[in-house]
Amino acid sequence: MVLDAKIPSGPIESKWTNHKFGLKLVAPSNRRKYSVIIVGTGLAGASAAASLGELGYNVKVFCFQDSARRAHSVAAQGGINAAKNYRNDGDSIFRLFYDTVKGGDFRAREANVYRLAELSVNIIDQCVAQGVPFAREYGGYLDNRSFGGAQVSRTFYARGQTGQQLLLGAYSALARQIGSKQVEYYPRTEMLDLVMVNGKARGIVARNLVTGKIESHSADAVVLATGGYGNVFYLSTNAKGSNTTAIWRAHKKGALFGNPCFVQIHPTCIPVKGEYQSKLTLMSESLRNDGRVWVPKAKGDKRHPGQIPENERDYYLERVYPSFGNLVPRDVASRAAKKVCDEGRGVGSSGQAVYLDFADSIKRLGKDKIKERYGNLFDMYHEITDENPYEVPMRIFPAVHYTMGGLWVDYNLMSNLPGLFVLGEANFSDHGANRLGASALMQGLADGYFVIPSTIGGYLAGESFEKLDTSHEAFKTAENEVKERISKLLAINGKETVDYYHRMLGKIMWDNVGMGRNEPGLKEAISKIRALRDEFWQNVKVLGEGEEVNQSLEKAGRVADFLELAELMAQDALHRRESCGGHFREESQTPENEALRDDENFAYVAAWEYQGEGKEEVLHKEPLTFEYVKLTQRSYK
Amino acid sequence: MNFSLKVWRQANAKAAGEFKTYKVNDITEDTSFLEMLDILNEDLIKKNEEPITFDHDCREGICGTCSLYINGRPHGPKNLVTTCQLFMRSFKDGETITIEPFRAKPFPVLKDLMVDRSAFDRIIQAGGFISVSTGSAPDGNSIPIHKDVVEEAMDAAQCIGCGACVAACKNASAMLFVSAKVSHLGLLPQGKVERLERVLNMVAQMDEEGFGSCTNTYACEAECPKGISVTNIARLNREFLAATFS
Repeated sequence: MVLDAKIPSGPIESKWTNHKFGLKLVAPSNRRKYSVIIVGTGLAGASAAASLGELGYNVKVFCFQDSARRAHSVAAQGGINAAKNYRNDGDSIFRLFYDTVKGGDFRAREANVYRLAELSVNIIDQCVAQGVPFAREYGGYLDNRSFGGAQVSRTFYARGQTGQQLLLGAYSALARQIGSKQVEYYPRTEMLDLVMVNGKARGIVARNLVTGKIESHSADAVVLATGGYGNVFYLSTNAKGSNTTAIWRAHKKGALFGNPCFVQIHPTCIPVKGEYQSKLTLMSESLRNDGRVWVPKAKGDKRHPGQIPENERDYYLERVYPSFGNLVPRDVASRAAKKVCDEGRGVGSSGQAVYLDFADSIKRLGKDKIKERYGNLFDMYHEITDENPYEVPMRIFPAVHYTMGGLWVDYNLMSNLPGLFVLGEANFSDHGANRLGASALMQGLADGYFVIPSTIGGYLAGESFEKLDTSHEAFKTAENEVKERISKLLAINGKETVDYYHRMLGKIMWDNVGMGRNEPGLKEAISKIRALRDEFWQNVKVLGEGEEVNQSLEKAGRVADFLELAELMAQDALHRRESCGGHFREESQTPENEALRDDENFAYVAAWEYQGEGKEEVLHKEPLTFEYVKLTQRSYK
Repeated sequence: MNFSLKVWRQANAKAAGEFKTYKVNDITEDTSFLEMLDILNEDLIKKNEEPITFDHDCREGICGTCSLYINGRPHGPKNLVTTCQLFMRSFKDGETITIEPFRAKPFPVLKDLMVDRSAFDRIIQAGGFISVSTGSAPDGNSIPIHKDVVEEAMDAAQCIGCGACVAACKNASAMLFVSAKVSHLGLLPQGKVERLERVLNMVAQMDEEGFGSCTNTYACEAECPKGISVTNIARLNREFLAATFS
């Protein structure tokens, strides 16, 4: 198989414009003849569904949540990047492009990233027009803050609820299309398989989560915008329902999975407490604008932070990375936190935490200003930990947050399966081996509002489609497979709960496929995952029936898929014998313990092809070339 | 900590429901309310009893999925938090805790503690938006908006659509929810253009869904996990009057 990324030729500044002009168009009066399925209603899915509806396509949109407004994009806190250069501090589309390629440790496609930077400015305009209440300055103009990995201030925000406000903007645009009957809406409906007919993606099989009925839906193209798979670690900042099922089932139908081992571990989360903790809560990266990260200089210093004098504190990010200080990228900050904790200088009862201290900022700016900027985050921290961060420094630790890997897509965001498009966190495309803060919202909306409306038209206009409905045998076969799997899960009636297996899997992944990875550890993980998967299928207990509300059954299906994906992640991490971004192979580090890339051997996208149950997946490589950003050892010193 | 839980169990929308009592033991005070239910559910599954169905997702207080009527209050005894952000330290050791679904005619129970809140979606679909299609927006800075106006709009825009306001109201009124959206969009210059149509369409849909009238008890504001103010309801009434007589 030859992977053709379909990157347009010509100078990078004009690739997207020229490409759009070259794409075939569907005339307005013909659009109603085409139907598109969109799965997922986060920023990418909702914006795509709204925009395609506005264009006049027949759209069906699905989400497992009870409302489109609840997709996990809602939880993004800090902000969204855009190269507006409203601050006159030297920002430009090229600089955002440069920062993102470098931040991703040179494992993303230049052409995709440039397009993302280019579209960033349109996103802000669109969102403002929809009524997103971005923070303003006294003159009434848009305010900005800084985020990690950048030396300019380009992040737009709505208090600490930027994701919520952007999602409500996209949701309202989608609601308008649903209200005018251009889009059909299926909440509480979970996609369980992709249906291919004559080599093209033509529909899905889904379970109605209220009635439990298995239903098929056909269309001319299928768009997956189903988010990331961080919950493979059990504990993560993802919502409890976030899962890999849609993209994993598509993978098993032939869609290649790109860079599955690229996981972002976010440096500032509230530390783990207790065995029954069900999820981790993020404290926005924006806090690092005003908070200073430190640990005691001495090992095992158990004094109250207020009793540790200034000269006995180690502000290690400021010390090691003077030019970026507390605003180094996430992968760098997370590894640094792990390092000081491994040295025995971690704080809190577990020793697995570092301080994020606002005392200096409160002194400089006053409590009110800090409250205005981060009030809701401080309240949330207080609620969870029962400690007041205005008085005591926050304790934070890294946690799984985002997956840069995902289904492989070309420049048109189409997977290797014709007619299957993948948007947002579900695809692998723009963030390389590490995503910069405030770039996920940007990518989701760029894909949904601006990329897919052009590229899907190009696909639809260039193909002919046989008339097809869900009575086609491909749908019947897929439905039967889905039903059989459900019956199988319900029939096992073993001894352990689904959550038990999910927790076990999470522990294997965190210990061996987490922040530090090495060959023996990854090999061990693979054999443990296989054993756990076998045990799951022998010994899991799922009560109830298929045709009713059954949350255990929903979880069981998702965990079964995580148990398969986990092995591929470990496999990918094992094969990539270099460190890059969030993927840190302990065997490959610089003398200063920074990630050491091996461009000669690994400057490619690893795209894995499923071969069938129990068979090793086949690796395909898409070489990455860097014409505009010179390959260098990343430095934030 | 140990608790006795009186939980509403109902097999499906048509079945009759009843309270059942369960014991949970050795819960730490850092355990969240939903984690306590997780622990109970694991126990129930092992005993071959069906686990309790309840809605939840982000578990960080922003998605609006979790609900629960706890000891007679939506989202439980603490102000300004959702159920998922409620921790067991807010209860007394040995306490009996009563857990019910949000109860309102437009929110039918689907199973146990899970209710159908799709009426809220339909109200937004009727008019809770600014009619701007992708691609037609001017530069974001072309319309300066006073900081105070944006802050006020943001206060209203924070609504998470959980439905606590409806559950708290003796009339099951959705006025706080609807007024928050009417205020958010109506305060901003971008949203003023269609503010009159918006309020009429949203209120019509609200009535069609069967929500009750507002009688100014302010229970909605008291129970709103995001602190949405009833001044929004006053604004909704003004807008509605203006729209009716224009």
